[in-house]
Amino acid sequence: MKKFYFLMCIGCFLACKEQPKQLSFVKGQQIQINDSIPAEENIEEFIRPYRERITQEMEGKLSYTPKAMYKSDYKLNTPLGNMMADAVMEMANPVFKSKTGRDIDIVLLNYGGIRSGINAGAITTKTAYNIMPFENKVAVAELSSKELQLLVDYLVKNKTAHPISGLQIILNAEGNLEEFNINAEPIQEQSYYVATSDYLVKGGDSMDFFLSSKYVQLLDYKLRNVFIDYFEKKDSIDYQRDERFYQLED
Amino acid sequence: MKRLEFIKTTGAATAFTAVGGIGLLSTIKPSSNAQQVTILHTNDVHSHIDPFPSNDSKYPNLGGVSRRHSYIQNVIAENPNTLVFDAGDAFQGTPYFNFYGGELEYKLMSKMGYHASTIGNHEFDNGIANIAAQLAHAKFDMLNANYDVSNTILDGMVQPHQVYEVNGFSIGVFGLGIELEGLVSKELYKETKYINPVEIAQEQSKILKEDLNCDLVICLSHLGYSYKSNRIDDLKLAKQTKNIDLIIGGHTHTFLDQPSVVENAIGDKVLVNQVGWAGINVGRIDFYFNAEDDNRNQSLVIEV
Repeated sequence: MKKFYFLMCIGCFLACKEQPKQLSFVKGQQIQINDSIPAEENIEEFIRPYRERITQEMEGKLSYTPKAMYKSDYKLNTPLGNMMADAVMEMANPVFKSKTGRDIDIVLLNYGGIRSGINAGAITTKTAYNIMPFENKVAVAELSSKELQLLVDYLVKNKTAHPISGLQIILNAEGNLEEFNINAEPIQEQSYYVATSDYLVKGGDSMDFFLSSKYVQLLDYKLRNVFIDYFEKKDSIDYQRDERFYQLED
Repeated sequence: MKRLEFIKTTGAATAFTAVGGIGLLSTIKPSSNAQQVTILHTNDVHSHIDPFPSNDSKYPNLGGVSRRHSYIQNVIAENPNTLVFDAGDAFQGTPYFNFYGGELEYKLMSKMGYHASTIGNHEFDNGIANIAAQLAHAKFDMLNANYDVSNTILDGMVQPHQVYEVNGFSIGVFGLGIELEGLVSKELYKETKYINPVEIAQEQSKILKEDLNCDLVICLSHLGYSYKSNRIDDLKLAKQTKNIDLIIGGHTHTFLDQPSVVENAIGDKVLVNQVGWAGINVGRIDFYFNAEDDNRNQSLVIEV
């Protein structure tokens, strides 16, 4: 029976014009592309104008800062973080308003998302790429007053200089919440619109209070472009540490 | 019937035997009249057109398209029967993408002689219409079999598979993409429908191997190398299917010491490979076929 089957197969193979050829040996390897391989000059020539345009634009001056800013400059709030949160408020609010007819109440970004400092001197497109290399876009979440309270609790607990705008938090000397205000008003029984990134709005950096939001509006506006547009709008950026998040002394 | 034995050797062992003993070496070399097809592949290049800077903490001075071009040209000079593939995510990662939207990536892949690529999730980063726009710069095939793009702008621009004829050999290649929901926003992929890749792989590999009699079947996959969860990955795909000889993977940016060898649903060997990301490495798989008049029963040797 087996033999018959075998012969049948041979017959079948002979009948087929194209029979797959027999594979006998396979060799796999990985080649590292390093400087032992010479660059192809024609390809370099082809890339050059593309690269030069990027370099030119990246180094084109958009604004100016008289002093360097780093996210670790101070506790609780920093010139760099304040600038970033205020930039989102100023640039993203008109976009959100045109889509929904509403205003952004608060901006919240995360400390970990500030990927670089800004040196004193010219602010360029590259500056925006340095502080925000990722492609995240602005998202606006509607939070209930209860969810907003959780957002405040998160900031009080973390005591980290997460960039905020539209929100003021005052801690007592023991580090507990003394009071907080939204646009200089105490919290009301109402919905608040919180602008953040499409990463954080999904609960990134343990910002779980966003997860229960019943409404999220994604703006087609990259955070990096927010900063580029903001820098273009401002002749100079001279930000200070302020009282948006601070601790009372004894 | 035919005894198909599998012998796996490692690069290190080969190097040793090459020095140590001719006798053993001769058992793991293709016969002198065997015919060779060479496959070169990359994945997740992510717009890394220039090498990493020399002060990069992880990959100083590695990668670079103009070097990769030189390497590919050297291989082709050595064996003209060479095919070049990419497993997706050519886009996104450097300002080249932000400024030019993928135009330069596709133009350079065309100049390097790529034959095909597949659609990675980051290809959608500037929207599906941008993929269509950039494909105008591509002289290679865009292969994907498990995205139904018939209700999108990509309709007619993506093929499920392609058969490449090299030196009398038919090399069948199909593409698979990762589930987009939850990974890419719907506004970007629009009406693209994701279909179960295992079923599609069965169907495509059957068409290529059994109906079109391809000598080799290659899958360009952007599913990812391996997940602990039951989410489909390249290793699971290899185990659950048949008729696939090589899976060229991507998405997980996996650096492997050597290509993985997996037994498929009927006990045949499948090679699964991935070469990190950013164009730091090129994978090279050489397939040797017995000459047609060579009727010896020979075991398949895989050296990785």
